Amino acid sequence: MKAMLTGFAAIIVIAAGANFALDRAGYASDEKLSGPSVRLD
Amino acid sequence: MLRLAFAILMQLTLLTGIATAQDSGAAAAPDRSATGGAQTLEDILARQRGEKIDDSFRSNDVGAGAIGAGITEQLGTLGGASDPELWRAIRYNAANLRVSAGGDVATVLVQDGGMRWLTFRDGPLRQYGGWLLLGTLGALAVFYLLRGRIRIDEPSTGRTVTRFQFIERFAHWVLAGSFILLGLTGLASLFGRMVIAPYLGKDINAGLLIWSKWVHNNVSWAFMLALIMVFVMWVAHNIPNRTDLVWIRQMGGIVGKAHPPAKKFNFGQKLIFWSVIVLGASISVSGLSLLFPFELPLFAKTFAVLNDSGLPQWLGYGVLPVELAPQEEMQLAQTWHAIVSFVLMAIILAHIYIGSVGMEGAFDAMGTGEVDEAWAHQHHSIWLEEMREKGEVTKADGTSAKGATPAE
Repeated sequence: MKAMLTGFAAIIVIAAGANFALDRAGYASDEKLSGPSVRLD
Repeated sequence: MLRLAFAILMQLTLLTGIATAQDSGAAAAPDRSATGGAQTLEDILARQRGEKIDDSFRSNDVGAGAIGAGITEQLGTLGGASDPELWRAIRYNAANLRVSAGGDVATVLVQDGGMRWLTFRDGPLRQYGGWLLLGTLGALAVFYLLRGRIRIDEPSTGRTVTRFQFIERFAHWVLAGSFILLGLTGLASLFGRMVIAPYLGKDINAGLLIWSKWVHNNVSWAFMLALIMVFVMWVAHNIPNRTDLVWIRQMGGIVGKAHPPAKKFNFGQKLIFWSVIVLGASISVSGLSLLFPFELPLFAKTFAVLNDSGLPQWLGYGVLPVELAPQEEMQLAQTWHAIVSFVLMAIILAHIYIGSVGMEGAFDAMGTGEVDEAWAHQHHSIWLEEMREKGEVTKADGTSAKGATPAE
């Protein structure tokens, strides 16, 4: 069961890491599909 | 090669409309002299009836277009095209548009494929996909009622053998957990408006889908990583061999009481493995195309390769379109992603069934990794012999049982 729980924990870590890395790399959709002339907030 | 096979199936589903439209072009052109070549009442009525019509007489009638006309020529100030011609060019995506932001995507102002995609997504995709999953669950329920749980015939020996190491089980559960999350969030995205919004309200549906999209986008990386791990670790055990013929002859023991001999994986498991690898890889590739919109187009190139092979023409689908709008690439990727996912979900439902309620002792293989020798003897006899020779069978007290009496 330890392998299963470790696997599930890994999914959470990988997902959070992917979100963080892609966001930092400029792959957020607002950065990709918008421009400085657009006010989103 | 794989891509070709996928694209063939795609043709059979989504592109039937395109091919039919192309075929109809061969028919004799109707007389439009009364309207000076413009569309007639019959053209409009046919379109309203939902018939496939050849509208090349309009899509090609876009004036001088890119060639342009001198400023002193007729219509020179408009580049040699009348207003209707300019609008037709925009309508048929033939206008030489320039945009300050958004790239090629933003130059497409009207895109027919969108409606074709929406109709398919809201209709056959949901309908056939939904019935496939419900039908699979129903079939498994009927199978359970008829066959019952596959029991271990021999009494438990108390000696165990390690079926899967920690790293194998870890990869399996990353793959399984991520696939279930991706499946549920994918289904929510497809069916949410139909089954969540009417009952829980649009606000809750929207909130759920925002969360679903985050999970779907980010958990996909765990799935892809685990898919690679599983492939590397198990591919050598999943090459078909002669033993599989016995399994096929005895239908895997699914019907009857036979337990065909097997190495680490029997033929049924090999089928599951290759389904997961091939379909999972295809889902991953189309998913990557969707994760990075407009940056990884797949279909125009695939169709070009298919056209060169002559296969679509031979099957009567004519030449597949090789110039697709960026949005159309995404629509095809989404459609393909969903179709293949439905097929894999149905297969995995069967896999979950046999790994849990369907077979006694099967879950231990992925739970603790340790299976009883009696179970191993019944389902993977050749593999068990190999493990015995290596001294990998463990007694209940934890000591090695090398040379132990086989559980006959």
